[in-house]
Amino acid sequence: MATATTAGMSAGPKPSSRSFSARLIQGDQVAHVVTFLFAASVLLIVTLLLMILWTHSALPRAKFGLSFFTGRTWDPVAEDFGAAPFVYGTLVTSALALILGVPLGLGAAIFLAELAPPKISDSLTFVIELLAAVPSVIYGLLGIFVVVPFVRSVLGPVLIHTLGWMPLFKGPCYGVSFLAAGLVLAIMILPFIVSVSREVLLAVPTDQREAALALGSTRWESTWKVVVPYALTGIMGSVFLALARALGETMAVTMVVGNVTDIKASLLAPGYSIAAVIANEFTEATSDMYLQALIELGLVLFLVTFILNGLARLLILFTSRRGGTA
Amino acid sequence: MSGWAGRAHRQFRQALSNLMLSVTALCALLVVGVLFFILGYLMWNGGSSVDLNFFTKLPTPVGETGGGMANAIVGSLKLLFLASVVGIPIGVIGGIYMAEFSGKLSAFIVQYTADLLNGVPSIVIGIFAYTLIVLRMKHFSAIAGGFALGIMMIPITLRSTEEFLRSVPGSLREGAMALGASKWKTIVTVIVPAAYRGILTAILLSMARVAGETAPLLFTAFNNRYWSPGWNQPIASLPVVVYTYAISPYDDWHRQAWAAGLVLLGMVLLTNIIARGVLSRGTSAPR
Amino acid sequence: MNAAVGAMRKMAVGAAGESKSDPVAGMQPRIEVRKLNFFYGARQALFDVSLTVPINRVTALIGPSGCGKSTLLRTLNRMNETVKVSRLEGEILLDGEDIHDQDVTRLRRRVGMVFQRPNPFPKSIFDNIAYGLRINGYKGDLAEAVEKSLRRAALWEEVKDSLQKSAYALSGGQQQRLCIARALAVDPEVLLLDEPCSALDPISTAKIEELLFSLKDNCTMAIVTHNMQQAARSSDLTAFMLEGRLIEFQSTEQLFTTPTDPRTEAYITGRFG
Repeated sequence: MATATTAGMSAGPKPSSRSFSARLIQGDQVAHVVTFLFAASVLLIVTLLLMILWTHSALPRAKFGLSFFTGRTWDPVAEDFGAAPFVYGTLVTSALALILGVPLGLGAAIFLAELAPPKISDSLTFVIELLAAVPSVIYGLLGIFVVVPFVRSVLGPVLIHTLGWMPLFKGPCYGVSFLAAGLVLAIMILPFIVSVSREVLLAVPTDQREAALALGSTRWESTWKVVVPYALTGIMGSVFLALARALGETMAVTMVVGNVTDIKASLLAPGYSIAAVIANEFTEATSDMYLQALIELGLVLFLVTFILNGLARLLILFTSRRGGTA
Repeated sequence: MSGWAGRAHRQFRQALSNLMLSVTALCALLVVGVLFFILGYLMWNGGSSVDLNFFTKLPTPVGETGGGMANAIVGSLKLLFLASVVGIPIGVIGGIYMAEFSGKLSAFIVQYTADLLNGVPSIVIGIFAYTLIVLRMKHFSAIAGGFALGIMMIPITLRSTEEFLRSVPGSLREGAMALGASKWKTIVTVIVPAAYRGILTAILLSMARVAGETAPLLFTAFNNRYWSPGWNQPIASLPVVVYTYAISPYDDWHRQAWAAGLVLLGMVLLTNIIARGVLSRGTSAPR
Repeated sequence: MNAAVGAMRKMAVGAAGESKSDPVAGMQPRIEVRKLNFFYGARQALFDVSLTVPINRVTALIGPSGCGKSTLLRTLNRMNETVKVSRLEGEILLDGEDIHDQDVTRLRRRVGMVFQRPNPFPKSIFDNIAYGLRINGYKGDLAEAVEKSLRRAALWEEVKDSLQKSAYALSGGQQQRLCIARALAVDPEVLLLDEPCSALDPISTAKIEELLFSLKDNCTMAIVTHNMQQAARSSDLTAFMLEGRLIEFQSTEQLFTTPTDPRTEAYITGRFG
C-alpha cells in the first residue's frame, strides 16, 4: 500500500497537523471506501430487486402457491391466475429457438474455427457479433412484416400439407404462432452460439487435430469426432447462455407470437410467453392481485435466468480443464 | 491389410468430409446473411421515409402526412442521458474498486452479482423501476425509464472498466508510486488515463445496448405523442415508438416504424462499430 | 539384388572421393526420400534431402533445434499439409509408390505418428484405441484389436481393468504409451515418432525405449530426438541434420564413433546445439 516514505517528497502542500504520508494514506482510505460503496451498490440493487420481486408477489403466492404454474386459466376479472399457458409458450418457443439455432450456429462456428483463414474468420465473426447488438424491437419489426407473412403464406401451408397429420403441424395457420416466435428467437441467439463456440473450438489444442489426422481421419472426422467433443462443455455453455436470452426475450416474441392465452399442441397456433404477457398486461393490471401475479411471473423469469446463466458460466469455465468422459 | 474397409469406403468418407465442410460454410454464410438482410430490408422499407420531417416534426394524427419523430429522438437522448448519470459513475467507479482495491472474495462477489444483473431480462428491470419509482410518483416518467436503463448499463461498464484497468501494466503503477504518488492519485492520473480507450468503448457499447431497449420502458417512461418537458413526465423513445407503430393497424404508421427502426438500428450499429474500432487500436485488453 | 546395388553405390561413392559406406546396404527400403526441398511459403526449410528409411529398423534423426528434423519427419506422412503455405519438391516413396499419388487418409493409416506431448482424445482408453479402427472401417473384433495394441505398447496389464476410464486418468508416461498403442492399432507399416520422450520423466522414457526396441521386429520406425544418448542406444541408423540439410547418414555405431563430417563430430561432442 502507499507507505511512501517521506524522502524526497516535495510535491503537495505543507503538512498541517498530520504528516504528509498520513494524509496520503487517509486519501487512499477515502478512495477505498468511496469506490467500495459504488461497487457495493450493485449488490444492493440485486438484493433489492429480489426482495421487491418477492414481496410484491406475496398475494398470488399465498393464494395459489405452486398451482400458479399448473393452472391454465388466466382470468383477471375472477382473479384466477394460472400461468401454465405462458410457461408452456416460453418453453416451446425457446426449445424451437434452440432446435433451429444451435445446429446452424454450431455449423457456422465450426466453419469459422476450423476452415476459414484467420482474416476471414475474424471479419465474419465481427459481423456476426454485431447481430447481438441489434435491438430486439428491430427483430420484432422484421418478425411482424417478414417472418409472420412467411409462416402464414409459405411455411405454414407447406408444413400442413406435408406433415399436417401430426398434431404439431395442424392448422389453421395465421402466421402469428409459436413457430414464428421460435424462428425469430433462433436468429437472435445465433450470435451467442457462434461467438462462444468459435472461441472454445479455437482453444482446442492443435495436437488433438493432428493426432486424429495422423490416424487417417478426414478433416470432417477429426473436427466432428475429436475437436467438437473436446470443446463440448464450452459449447453447451453457449447453449445455456442462448437459452437464457431466449427465455427472457420480450419484444420480438410479443410481436409475433399472437398473444393468445392458450395451450395448443400445434406449432402453427398462436400462443404467449411469460415475458410477453408481462409486457402486454402490466399497464392494464387493475387490481393488486393482478399486478402481483404479473410480478410473480417476473420473479420466475429472474430465477430461471439466474440459474441458467450460472450454469453457463460454469460450463464455459470448465472447458479449460479437460476432464474427459467417464 | 485384410480386415480393413476398402477404397470405396475411403472415397465415401472423403466425399462426406467435403460435403459437411461445405455445409458449415453455408451455415456461416446464412448467419452473416441475416445481418445484411435485416439492414437491407430496413433500408428498403424505411429509407424513403427518413427525411427532414422525421427528425424535426412531432407525430401527426393518423392519415396526416408531414409528421415526424422528433420527440422520440429527443426522448431517447434524454433517457440515455439519465441512464448514463446512473450507470456510468457506478460502473466506472465500481470498476476502479474492483481492479484496484478489492480483495479476492469481494471481487468474486461483485463480479458474480454484476454478471447476474447482466443476465436479468430487461422487462424484470422494468418491474424493478416501476415499483421503486412509478408506484411512488404515481405516474410514468423519464426518470423511471432512465433509471431502468441506467441499471442495465452498470454490469457492462463495471466489468469492462475492471478488465481494462487490470490490464494496465504493473510497471506504470510502480513508476507512479515510486515517484511518491498516493494510490488514488496514481489511479486518477495514470491508470485510468492509460485504460481510457477501453473504458470509453465499454461506455459506448453499453449506451448502444440500452438505447435499443424497449421492454423496460413500457411501464416506466411509457410513451408520449408530444414533447416531454422536464424529467417527470412520460416520454417517447425510438424503440417504444417503433413497437407501437409496428403493431398498429395503420399502413402509414408501419412506414414510419420502418423509418424509425432504420434510424435506431443505424445508430446502434454505428456506435458498435466505432466502439470496437476504438478498441482495436492498441489497447492490450482481453476480449 | 540390393546387395549388388549397395556394392555399386559404394564404388560410385568411393570414386567421388568420399569414404562413406552405404548405411542401408543389404536392407530393404521402406521409405525413400529423394532430393526433397521443402518450403514454408517463401522460406526454404529443407535443402536437397535424400534418405532411405529401411524396413524393420529404427532410424534416428538428430540435430540442433531448427535443423529441420521434425519438418522432415512430418513430410513422411504428409502432416506438413496442415500448414497451408507449405510446398514440396522432390519425391517421397513408400514401398516404391509416391506418397503424393495416394489417398492421404490411406497413407496415414500406413504411416503412423506419435507426437512430442501425449495427446489422447477426451474419450475412454478403449475408445482412444478404437478410434483409428472405427474410422478406417476395421472389420474384425474391436476388443481383440484393442487388446493387441495395448499389449504391443506394454500397457495392457496396467489398464486392462479400467478400459472405460478416461484416458486423462493415466500418468504422462502411460498416456504416451497409450498414444503409441493408438497409433499401432491401425497396423501401420511405419511409425514416426517426434521426440516422444521429451515431455516425460526418465523412468517413463526408459520404458518407452524398451517398448520401441520390442516393436522393431515388425515395425519400421523413424524417430526424431534431441537426446543423443537415446539415439545412440535405440537406433540402428542415424541421420544428422543441420540448417535444413542432411549432413551425414550412417549406421548409428559409425556415426557416433567415427563420424566423417566435422560438423557431425562437433555436434555429438557437444560443441554446439
